[in-house]
Amino acid sequence: MAAITSLGETPAPAEAARPGGMQARRRRRLNVFRYVVFTVFGLFFVLPLLALGRFSLEGAKLGTWALTAWRQIASYQGSGIPPLLSAIEITLELAVITCVVTMVLLVPTMIWIRLRVKWLARTMEILCLLPLTIPAIVLVVGLGPVYNKIQHYELSSLMLFWAYVILALPYAYRALAAGLSAVDVETISEAARSLGASWFTVIFRVIVPNMRQAILNALLLTWALVLGEFTIAYLLLYSNLQVELYSISRNTPNAGVLFSTSFAALLFAFILLLILSFVGRRRRGRG
Amino acid sequence: MAVAATSETGARPSRAGRRLAAPSWVGTVPFLAYVAIFLLLPTGIVVVDALKNPNGAWAFSNVTELGNSLVRGYFIGSFKLCLLSSVLGAVLGAILAYAIASGNPDGVVRRLYLAASGVLAQFGGVTLAFAFQVLIGPAVGLLFHASWYYDFPWGIGLIYTYFQIPLMVLVFLPAIDGVKVQWREASENLGASAWQYWRYVGGPLLTPAFLGGLLLLFANALSAFATIQAWENQIAYIVPQQISTALSSEVGLSNVNVADLLALGMVIMVAIVMTGYALLQRRAARWLR
Repeated sequence: MAAITSLGETPAPAEAARPGGMQARRRRRLNVFRYVVFTVFGLFFVLPLLALGRFSLEGAKLGTWALTAWRQIASYQGSGIPPLLSAIEITLELAVITCVVTMVLLVPTMIWIRLRVKWLARTMEILCLLPLTIPAIVLVVGLGPVYNKIQHYELSSLMLFWAYVILALPYAYRALAAGLSAVDVETISEAARSLGASWFTVIFRVIVPNMRQAILNALLLTWALVLGEFTIAYLLLYSNLQVELYSISRNTPNAGVLFSTSFAALLFAFILLLILSFVGRRRRGRG
Repeated sequence: MAVAATSETGARPSRAGRRLAAPSWVGTVPFLAYVAIFLLLPTGIVVVDALKNPNGAWAFSNVTELGNSLVRGYFIGSFKLCLLSSVLGAVLGAILAYAIASGNPDGVVRRLYLAASGVLAQFGGVTLAFAFQVLIGPAVGLLFHASWYYDFPWGIGLIYTYFQIPLMVLVFLPAIDGVKVQWREASENLGASAWQYWRYVGGPLLTPAFLGGLLLLFANALSAFATIQAWENQIAYIVPQQISTALSSEVGLSNVNVADLLALGMVIMVAIVMTGYALLQRRAARWLR
């Protein structure tokens, strides 16, 4: 393992053998093992997605290729359910609102607690991680009465964001906590305060810019979570993308549009996360 | 002098802060209020309603309904599915995590797999059921037509491993990364074989982290609902499906708040599992820093 990790820096890791023969043999065996594992798991993860992609390009006759299903995304409307496009719109809006509310709620509070109310830190952590132990399906049972009240004022599906923020809490919290712990909050806040900065300035213009990467990670996790959420929307009888796909699949099994939309949503989330994970890494490397 | 200056000015904010000392926790009120309304209140509602009858009177005897053979069947179903998918996911995930950890820490493969794990661990839901249906579904499967696709728990268990393996990678990789190369070298210098190293050093070190991951996966599978709902919605096999049925058909006819009671049962189950997870994580953290 030592050999592998240190060799990682040299340009040709596979060939640069160390003098120790046993080491080299073990490394070769390890490499074979690794490539077999990566191939098998890679296939397991990629094949279902490829199948989804292939089905989204299925023509009218089996085995033919066509773009029909992709063209349908913009116009599809099943009987008795709202048009697909409106569900997509609502889901994207929900993602934005949830991201904003989660950040507004979490970031200043976490920094403030770290700076001034340390005794609340543990409570905050427990509260934020609590949704992990309370399944969405349980939360939805208790949210029913709460949402009854909300529906007196507003019926829009956008109201789902209240619950989504709670679902996003653990993921956003952990991402932010990792970023915050890497910042020497005490020193830089003292420095800023001694230069006459207000607490507002300390939080938003000194500490927040230092945890940009963590905030980005938290946003992405929240975003991905909202795009894939089904349970709460379905059981509170709201409509979002996943609920819409589900109802289409019940009305018209194997409708091509199911696969094209699923695949598009997935590709969207996947590419976004992948790009950002690379961008984030590079920036950290430079800094 | 610089030091003196900072400590001197450093004292000022805290004095200024003392003026604000009383309300400094007030800054956390919006967060606490939000969590109270949308997390603590709903949970409280579940617990209280589970222990009341529909007329609003306390009825602790409701809990005995959890032993009802029908209800027990759903819990057993949940248990089977969670056990299958978490054991499969944990073992396979650990193997994958080891393969990733033994490579270049900045390599493309590692970054690709980590990024993919982050996405796929979240990728439950309706879409996943569609993907497997077109891959191995009994009618339309592209790869092969699996006659067991709609068998419980095998078909759905396989689908669950799709998000369980990446989750295990995310949880277990830090533990493997924490195993120091020096320990391996030390045991090799002392003449240990690979088997002896894993039996006496690596294995015991990683066991708590592995078991912790297993429990986390179990809890993860327990709360999953969307995938199984899209996989097969004619028959309710597991507790979340039964909660869904109870919620949509609850018109106050039954003598127990079924949904609340099942939800309470789930909370208890998850709480037990997650407590075990927390204990094991603490045990795992002792060596792996």
